[in-house]
Amino acid sequence: MFVAQKEKTPEKLVLKQLEKKHELKRPILRNCIVSFLVGGTICALGQAISFFYIYFFDFTEQTSGNPTVATLIFISMLLTGFGVYDRIGQFAGAGSAVPVTGFGNAVISAAIEHKTEGFVQGVGGNMFKMAGSVILFGVFAAFVVAIIHTVIGMIGG
Amino acid sequence: MLVGKQTYVFTNKPVVIATGVSGGPFEAQGKMPEAFDILNDDLWMGEDSYEKAHRLLIEQAIQTALKKANLKEEDIQLAIGGDLINQLTPTNYALEKFSIPFLGIFSACATSMEGLALAAFFVNSGGAHYVLTGTGSHNAAAERQYRYPTEYGGQKPPTAQWTVTGAAYAIIGKQTEQNRKEPKVTTATFGRVMDTGITDPFNMGTAMAPAAADTISQHFQDTGRNPSYYDLIVTGDLAKTGKPILLELLQQKGINLEQNRYEDCGLMIYGDDQSDVLAGASGAAASAAVIYGFLLKQMKQGNYRRILCVATGSLHSPLSIQQKESIPVIAHAVSLEMD
Repeated sequence: MFVAQKEKTPEKLVLKQLEKKHELKRPILRNCIVSFLVGGTICALGQAISFFYIYFFDFTEQTSGNPTVATLIFISMLLTGFGVYDRIGQFAGAGSAVPVTGFGNAVISAAIEHKTEGFVQGVGGNMFKMAGSVILFGVFAAFVVAIIHTVIGMIGG
Repeated sequence: MLVGKQTYVFTNKPVVIATGVSGGPFEAQGKMPEAFDILNDDLWMGEDSYEKAHRLLIEQAIQTALKKANLKEEDIQLAIGGDLINQLTPTNYALEKFSIPFLGIFSACATSMEGLALAAFFVNSGGAHYVLTGTGSHNAAAERQYRYPTEYGGQKPPTAQWTVTGAAYAIIGKQTEQNRKEPKVTTATFGRVMDTGITDPFNMGTAMAPAAADTISQHFQDTGRNPSYYDLIVTGDLAKTGKPILLELLQQKGINLEQNRYEDCGLMIYGDDQSDVLAGASGAAASAAVIYGFLLKQMKQGNYRRILCVATGSLHSPLSIQQKESIPVIAHAVSLEMD
């Protein structure tokens, strides 16, 4: 007789218990503190870049966002290309993954990786392999929020 | 000759004539650089893709094995090998360079012992004089196929393992007067595929432990041997996660492995200072490099007389993981003995 694959056999339950017993736990507290510090540092750097564009160039608080993001992504691109960002990532976890530099790293690392398959099918076809879902769901979330905003605006006047 | 359910005894005792082991830069910094005949100082090895570098590692290992055995490729009747990359392309391309009939095999990181068992079978039956067998893996080529791009900055959990960059091949031949003193392949126990319910590809050590336990206990049941028969029992790449689980699973089956007679290849290659390794080494080359490059030498030096090598493999693919299938696992065991 064919036994359903997902069935919890006694062997699987024993293994689950042993896995728990000998588990190498993620150091959650350490990870939280490190990601807070590294993520905060990246954000502080972004703020500094933003001020730089406001004070030395003709940008306002509203318009300085674009060049700031571009600069951060450029730095992230260099660090990824020189093989440093993945080390920062292993150390900092979410701290370096959540800011826009992490997004840049996801795009650029895939682009570098797939260079061997050519520029069109390799780099072009795979560049957004990991970042693609961020863009898709980001745009979709923005769309939903915009609709809610519009509806509330119409009702509330 | 089949004994019991899954074990074959090689009565003509095929001999491990020579081995060739190549490795990468990270292996050179590890605990046992002496296991490698050739150590490349760059992950690219002068090639323009990691897959080509992987191919080169295999070529280096085969060439070294042939040279050390003082044999030409025409002398070898059969090559049996494989790797972790899709369609075994690195091994297939590498074997293009040698005019040796070739059988490609895959059981992930258990490929090393599957190949050795099959090679011994061909030689034992009188079917071939010399059979070449081995396997290889390349860290970056495996990372990109199984996980993320090499430069991606995702944080890996402490249970993750580090794929060995290297290749190890051995030439198995008939026993003659001259090679009587070399290590011999005496038995092989083929494992069965098991579903352990583990779905996390960053926790392969835990997933593979039950397969190792199953094959080891079957080996003892089939042969009537017990752990004290062996000077050393070595598993493939259970690492820090799987090692204690295996010991406990075996204990539940009434088999006690003594701490000083049990090792895991995954914990032998890299040093404690190499923090990128996390739980330990893995990859097809992990067990192959340790057994062919290090343990056989130890046997020849008289440090071990009988060892049981149990290579463990996680048979998942990136697709099966994304489809939320649990990881199927396997373990193959081969015993090596000196007279």
